[in-house]
Amino acid sequence: MKAVVWNGINRVSVERVPDPELLQPTDAIVRVTATAICGSDLHLLDGYVPSMVHGDILGHEFMGEVVEVGPEVRRVKVGDRVVVPFPIACGKCWYCEHGLTSLCDNSNPNPKLAEALWGYSPAGLYGYSHITGGYAGGQAQFARTVYADENLYKVPEGLTDEQVLFLTDIFPTGYMAAENCNIHPGDVVAVFGCGPVGQFAIRSAFLLGAERVIAIDRFPERLDLARQAGAETLNYETDPVFERLKEMTGGRGPDSVMDAVGLEAHAGGPGGLADAVKQTTRVLESDRPHAFRAAIMACRKGGTVSVPGVYGGLADKIPLGAFVNKGLTMKTGQTHVHRYLDRLTGHIQRGEIDPSVIITHRLSIDEAPHGYQIFKHKHEGCIKCVLDPWADPEDHEPVGTK
Amino acid sequence: MTTQTEQVSPQNSSPAERLLFGGLGVGLILLSLRQGGQSGILLGTGGALLISGAALGRSVGSAVTRVQRTEDDNIIVQRAVTIGKPVDEIYTFWRNFENLPHFMSHLESVRVQDGDGRRSHWVAKAPLGTSVEWDAEITEDEPGRRIAWRSLEGATVPNEGHVDFRPAPGNRGTELHVSITYRPPGGTLGAVVARILGEEPGEQVGDDLRRLKRRLEVGQEPTTEGQPSGRKGAMKAEAKMYDNRRTT
Repeated sequence: MKAVVWNGINRVSVERVPDPELLQPTDAIVRVTATAICGSDLHLLDGYVPSMVHGDILGHEFMGEVVEVGPEVRRVKVGDRVVVPFPIACGKCWYCEHGLTSLCDNSNPNPKLAEALWGYSPAGLYGYSHITGGYAGGQAQFARTVYADENLYKVPEGLTDEQVLFLTDIFPTGYMAAENCNIHPGDVVAVFGCGPVGQFAIRSAFLLGAERVIAIDRFPERLDLARQAGAETLNYETDPVFERLKEMTGGRGPDSVMDAVGLEAHAGGPGGLADAVKQTTRVLESDRPHAFRAAIMACRKGGTVSVPGVYGGLADKIPLGAFVNKGLTMKTGQTHVHRYLDRLTGHIQRGEIDPSVIITHRLSIDEAPHGYQIFKHKHEGCIKCVLDPWADPEDHEPVGTK
Repeated sequence: MTTQTEQVSPQNSSPAERLLFGGLGVGLILLSLRQGGQSGILLGTGGALLISGAALGRSVGSAVTRVQRTEDDNIIVQRAVTIGKPVDEIYTFWRNFENLPHFMSHLESVRVQDGDGRRSHWVAKAPLGTSVEWDAEITEDEPGRRIAWRSLEGATVPNEGHVDFRPAPGNRGTELHVSITYRPPGGTLGAVVARILGEEPGEQVGDDLRRLKRRLEVGQEPTTEGQPSGRKGAMKAEAKMYDNRRTT
């Protein structure tokens, strides 16, 4: 089969690899019909998530049709159309039973690396380095999925792939980020970063009752999309963000602030430069926490900082004094995708949100390296790339059309 | 409930080890005096560290490898895990010692010998493909609370251990607290060598308990062994480096 393979920093290629097989009786094989490139894949591309190995198959946002199930799979059947949550739940441990599936105790086959780095191991994730298990990803024509009964979510009739694909990660991620903001009627929410997760965070904040959402980015197409969702916008390259946020909120500051940027935040000034230099060593500092610092500073006293952005290791110069003296609350985490699936599918079915609006590029899997490039550099107005693993690149629609 | 705590000695080196590392330290300092320059400083520092370690009785080897010792110079391993199953189920599983090799990777077999199941014969894998055997007897058996055992006279690696079963708060199942004490051939040096060979006992017991948890909670270990990848040649070895850290 064809698969997107990580071959080193800034090197992804499409290769022929063996088809996946059932390795355990609770596995299922999915024929992938749609898969996407996620912002956190860029951290893998850039080599900031340790323990990637040359040849790893990428991809944790994928869906498709079940073509084979192991003998112990009961609930899922061949022919089912399913989305695959990116964190893997065993379904049996305390965390899974309490809806905290991204913290599953049992699904990471390689927990000692994670314990060495983070103290305890979270769940295994598809296509996301060996710290989180080294599972082959779904940017491929077929994928092995594990604990199929606990993880594969059957798509209701009448919904297209593009409407439900983002249930695998970024829609629940934006939603959980907004839920973590603990929004009350009248609240003003600020969102740093208007990439795919930021877009869903903005829309989810409104779904959860935010009065106003202020979205911060620097790319006009992303700010446009945020405005279409009803957000007010700030361009951090031309607006002094902290001062403007204060002014727009009558001097109070936003009630909650989301950092939907993560560990490769862009920032000018000596602080941003110091982060960038330290991060290139991959030892002195693994994360560039500029947006995180800005979120802590901008949040109102007693407010909540919600962090859906991915961080991997150690970050410097976190304004802990501001955090403590303003009495802030921080909520973070990889998304417990499973617990949001029914709720968010309902929102899609009722037409309250159309996740496909963020798609700007539809590519064949052979064009994946190009997709990674334009997504990383925000060329061609790229906000979100969806890959078709089965399209013939010859007769595929031209790049960038709808 | 009374809990027995082992006396852990602050001095974790054996006299032989202190002599060896002290000697090495002196050697390094002598070498550093001849070398001079930067490498001399490095050697001298290393030597001083070794000597101070030997003098204080805290071996560099043990400190680096985190080997704990009891007052009477045995190696002690203590690990705990919470398993989301009732105390009785886990106690019953453990009490049948023949189940232990299912999750203790270093055990080849345990045969329970007589009628009341208090005596058993253990066969364990040892470094470099050898094996060791011994007989053991149960010394304490409180159903649902505690099992303790001890190797009998004649064991190559005299050892004893106990496991306490405690209900975890908030309906989280059962806490297992395992303690194993043993005297490896070669004292701490033996333990350090074993660790270098990838057989360090603390890590092994931790892995064993994780395997038990996964077996009882899920019924199987997760695996990625045999999945597709685009790996070629040398990259297989790199992946294996990570794979060696897995618990299976």
